[in-house]
Amino acid sequence: MEYLIIIISAIFVSNIVLAQYLGICPFLGVSGKVSTSVGMSGAVLFVMTIATIVTWLVYQYVLLPFGITFLQTISFILIIASLVQMVEIILKKVSPPLYQALGIYLPLITTNCAIMGVALLTVAKPDFDLLKGVVFAVASALGFGLAMLLFAGIREHLDLMDVPKGMRGVPIALVTAGILALAFMGFTGLV
Amino acid sequence: MNQWKNFSKGFIKDNPVFVLLLGLCPTLAVTSSAINGLGMGLATMFVLVCSNMVISLIKNLIPDKVRIPSFIVIIASFVTIVELIMEGFAPALFEALGIFIPLIVVNCIVLGRAEGFASKQSFISSLIDGLGMGLGFAFALTLLGAVREALGNGSIFGYKFIEGDAILVFILSPGAFIVLGYLIALLNRFKKTI
Amino acid sequence: MAKKESSFLNMVITLFVITGVASLALGGVYNLTKEPIRLAKLAKAEKAIKEVIPGFDSLEIFTVKPANGTDSLIFNCGYKNNKLVGTAVESYSNKGYDPTQIKIMVGFTPDGNINNTAVIQQKETPGLGTKMTSPKFKNQFAGKNPKNFILKVKKDGGDVDAITAATISSRAFCGAIQRAYDAYEKENKQKVQNTEQQTQDVITEEQKEK
Repeated sequence: MEYLIIIISAIFVSNIVLAQYLGICPFLGVSGKVSTSVGMSGAVLFVMTIATIVTWLVYQYVLLPFGITFLQTISFILIIASLVQMVEIILKKVSPPLYQALGIYLPLITTNCAIMGVALLTVAKPDFDLLKGVVFAVASALGFGLAMLLFAGIREHLDLMDVPKGMRGVPIALVTAGILALAFMGFTGLV
Repeated sequence: MNQWKNFSKGFIKDNPVFVLLLGLCPTLAVTSSAINGLGMGLATMFVLVCSNMVISLIKNLIPDKVRIPSFIVIIASFVTIVELIMEGFAPALFEALGIFIPLIVVNCIVLGRAEGFASKQSFISSLIDGLGMGLGFAFALTLLGAVREALGNGSIFGYKFIEGDAILVFILSPGAFIVLGYLIALLNRFKKTI
Repeated sequence: MAKKESSFLNMVITLFVITGVASLALGGVYNLTKEPIRLAKLAKAEKAIKEVIPGFDSLEIFTVKPANGTDSLIFNCGYKNNKLVGTAVESYSNKGYDPTQIKIMVGFTPDGNINNTAVIQQKETPGLGTKMTSPKFKNQFAGKNPKNFILKVKKDGGDVDAITAATISSRAFCGAIQRAYDAYEKENKQKVQNTEQQTQDVITEEQKEK
């Protein structure tokens, strides 16, 4: 039951993109087509889960015992950056098809604040154990994917519309995202 | 004159938020009031200026292949310094900005300027570039924050000019997207006339 | 100066030096800001305690294990002229709208009534959940005893008027108070038991002496 609440609230109620404002750059950047947004979401799901596990372990077993939690920012970003590199290298060797699908999105992920944000949020909650952290990370990534997919679907249609000149491109995309966020606010009270 | 151009480009022509669309996460997240926007803008500016300076100084000492990891370490150190100083001397602001202070580290502007500008240019140019871009970012965040606060809370910088509630949706997440969308559209229009 | 070559040794040395300098610098800044940060936190907690329990001149601070759970709550007992005037209990809830914890300070008068509450940390939705800091919401708890004042929003069959359009935040707030109250009750019961135990011990000793 507790896990269900974590999942629902991470996907719908406080969606990572539309309510938490994390991962906006890829949300606007690679949501032009449904296919690319699926690839990006897959890569995010993959990296976010691993990154949360590793950062949680490092935080609990290295930073906390030694009382150096002020090094959290610098160690997390280094962990995430090297993790992304490692995932890229391993994927290339182990599973070329998966690498082809996700490969080009991986370098973009280092500067995706959703990954770092979820890692920071997870260690900030004292009642989270590793399992809850993983559930939270997976659900957040699914929420990211859901928002990306919906948005990409809308934007594909938007390309065919006659939008006023000044609003073309980014402005209309942002307004659309706003309306989408408004729709997601309807989930408030679900949990 | 050239340096002045270098400095002023960050405001309108190459504004990191309105034109380059970099660092949108903190832009949308912390601008529920003008003062938060200003605080975030200044914190980012500090990191940007410091990292630009340091990187332009040691650019020749860093082998190309480990360029990015070195930049990340330098940026992350300055972010942590900002974090610690804010926590000690401006605890209220530190709390309002929350996880978006450590997230300056993944703000594309900072790494973007380090990689695209400071690693190639002289110390003085990099310093001015950092100042200009940082001020442009702070300006954009303050403007967005002021508009959202005015529409959503009926106040600017905490000074209330409408009694009671205003159009609340503007300080919630949908308002952030919508206001930024319209500001960019306005700027597009404005840029064409000059 | 020419650009350094990307030889293995060069790369290792560069990264080593950079991380070394960075950690030295951070350690230095950390030591410099440690004191201000501690003071800032202390000032904040103190301000919250002053807000929730009436004038005290000395404080006794200890931690208590909650009724169920493994973490601990901080109890701040305020004394005036060595008489207990109130207990400020620091509590939290993770069930807010924002993933950031809601941290509150709840003040109890010695008879178990809620005296006042103060929010230490919250990042709820601006304009909605943030109204938990407003007197209109907070004051409804003042003087109530959770024994006969059900700490649930009216929607859930309780006695608390929820903040308009912020039921989740209101629920979390109530949950945090409930958590503080449960621990407070448990602590009191233990105290009573302890004193009974002590009096019994004294009696048995007295009997022994006879």
